[in-house]
Amino acid sequence: MKAGALAGRRLAALLAPFVAGVAVGAVVTFVLPRPSSAGSEGTVPFYGEHQAGIATPSQSFAFVAAFDLTTNSRNDLRELMKRWTLIAARLTAGTDEQSVSGSPLSPPSDTGETFGYEPCRLTVTFGAGPSLFDGRFGLSSLRPAALVDLPPFLGDRLRPELSNGDLGVQICADDTQVAFHALRELVRAARGLAVLRWSQQGFRPTPEANAGHQTARNLQGFKDGTLNVDSSDASLMNTVVWADGSDGTLWMKGGSYLVFRRIRMHIEVWDRSSLHDQENTIGRHKETGAPLGSSRESDTLPLFAGQQGSPVIPEDAHVRLAHGDGSEQILRRPYSFANGIDPRTGELDAGLLFICFQRDPREQFIPIQERLAKSDALNEYIAHVGSAIFACFPGTRKGGYIGETLLN
Amino acid sequence: MRMVCKISLATSAALIALGLSAFAEKVGSMKSDAGITEAYRAYAIHECNALVISTRALARALTAGNLDQAKRLYPSTRMAFERIEPIAEALGSLDPDIDGRDGDVPAAQWRGFHRIERILWTGKESETLQTYTTRLLDDVTLLRAKLDNVEITIPALALGAVDLLNEVATSKITGEEERYSHTDLYDFAANVEGARKIFDLLEPRVKAKDPALAAATEANFQKVSQALDRYKKGSDYALYMSLSTADTKTLAQAVDALADPLSKVAALMGAAK
Repeated sequence: MKAGALAGRRLAALLAPFVAGVAVGAVVTFVLPRPSSAGSEGTVPFYGEHQAGIATPSQSFAFVAAFDLTTNSRNDLRELMKRWTLIAARLTAGTDEQSVSGSPLSPPSDTGETFGYEPCRLTVTFGAGPSLFDGRFGLSSLRPAALVDLPPFLGDRLRPELSNGDLGVQICADDTQVAFHALRELVRAARGLAVLRWSQQGFRPTPEANAGHQTARNLQGFKDGTLNVDSSDASLMNTVVWADGSDGTLWMKGGSYLVFRRIRMHIEVWDRSSLHDQENTIGRHKETGAPLGSSRESDTLPLFAGQQGSPVIPEDAHVRLAHGDGSEQILRRPYSFANGIDPRTGELDAGLLFICFQRDPREQFIPIQERLAKSDALNEYIAHVGSAIFACFPGTRKGGYIGETLLN
Repeated sequence: MRMVCKISLATSAALIALGLSAFAEKVGSMKSDAGITEAYRAYAIHECNALVISTRALARALTAGNLDQAKRLYPSTRMAFERIEPIAEALGSLDPDIDGRDGDVPAAQWRGFHRIERILWTGKESETLQTYTTRLLDDVTLLRAKLDNVEITIPALALGAVDLLNEVATSKITGEEERYSHTDLYDFAANVEGARKIFDLLEPRVKAKDPALAAATEANFQKVSQALDRYKKGSDYALYMSLSTADTKTLAQAVDALADPLSKVAALMGAAK
């Protein structure tokens, strides 16, 4: 078949349904009415003092991605953030604003794979990486002191193709296709201005699986997040998570610093270690999540229990080192990943997309990770292979755009 | 790797145990606990003596500036260490001192084989070569001295065998151990030999308790050896860079197939790390 004939047939098929009512070439817009059954629990507000996706209770699926800008113009960067803001606001709001519009002779303005679907608590969270402040955009003097280049940690096996980036985005939803759709629209809108540097996909147990709403288990089979910061506690969030501008970086007031680590778990090795070893490595009982020597998950860590030299929770147990003296807290929003197989070994390439938020990584993530990297018994079973840090902008109101406090 | 080994002087107890084990061996084919652990100690001492001797030869080549010869000696020198690595890992900082990789320890503390490896293959910081050569010789000599009294238990041995294979699966087969010399397969072979030695010592007990497990472990040891033999020429092994991903995948899957039954041996021996 000749190419021209094919094009003609495709055009005819495309136009057939609506030639009767609409003049060829006119702009057509379909707006799908929001199904009346949809409640507000399926929508997370996009606009507000803070960006959504930080205090939001974790959704079941996530894409974390980083972009590198291909332009050196601050105007272009501003234009990109404006485009992204509109897309994120439209998609998170749900079906009543979702449309397939444009000329029938053009590609549809929306890729369409969620047309008619619920937003499924979609959130899109944007951040700036350290490299955004390297001088290309005249932003060097605005780099927050807290947006440090993460130091090398002992045992790091970082791969550049899974690390860093000018701009970061965390997309979460209770449906993978809805989340992917948002990523795809952001990539499309960035065409000519920015390119994807990496994209990684994560999952958590859905409410269908975890009907009892227990603390989610990670791929090592342990409950992960028992001592997490309660994101519904506004005053705690102010202390731990939200930057307040007191360090002089006023544009970050209401924002937060995201640290991302892709942690490969050697699950084959983990799976052949004894239950006793697994529990001593973590410092908790596998089934209940209770600290070693305790019976309930909510029991405080008995860090001082046991004999001199052989405490109930070993000196190198993960929970002991992560807890430290309790002075460093972070809001964790981790997702598991399973990414096919490691071609070198044929083993499962699986692990944790560790994501945490804080007001200053220098006083929170970094000291915790330095402790873990040095002595954590878990290091025998894991390797950090990806890493990034992003200054997540404050929120915006309708008419504004994410990033305006930095770029205006 | 956290093998439960404490350095303790128990000379008289050990002598009594040795006497008993000799008696036990005459009575039946089953060795006593001490018979097994002392047989392993003898093996570890034998390997470590070889390590000290070969490290001296390496040091002589390095000191004489004969770097080509040093490069030739490097992979085989390390093999004696890799065979008995679980013991070194039980001895505090000796394992990172001798075998730490760049990034495993704070930069200021990094020394040992891999520091020398980087100098030899990249020429980086070559002025420090003599310093690290001397320290390595001191460290392996100290390791040898500590072997006389390190406490060895049956469960720790069984876990040590699994840990040797875990080492292979996580770092040797990915080419991360010998990132400058690419001699990872020498370490691979030595780790497997070290695990094999432990299994040989434990095999009569495994056979008595679970003959099927003994047979499965034995069969998988042979498969790993056969897979590895394809890359062996005389006493040398192919460089990691010459392997395709299909090659490394086959090797890794053979190691996993062996390590899983071997980890059940540890449980059978009462091991709970």
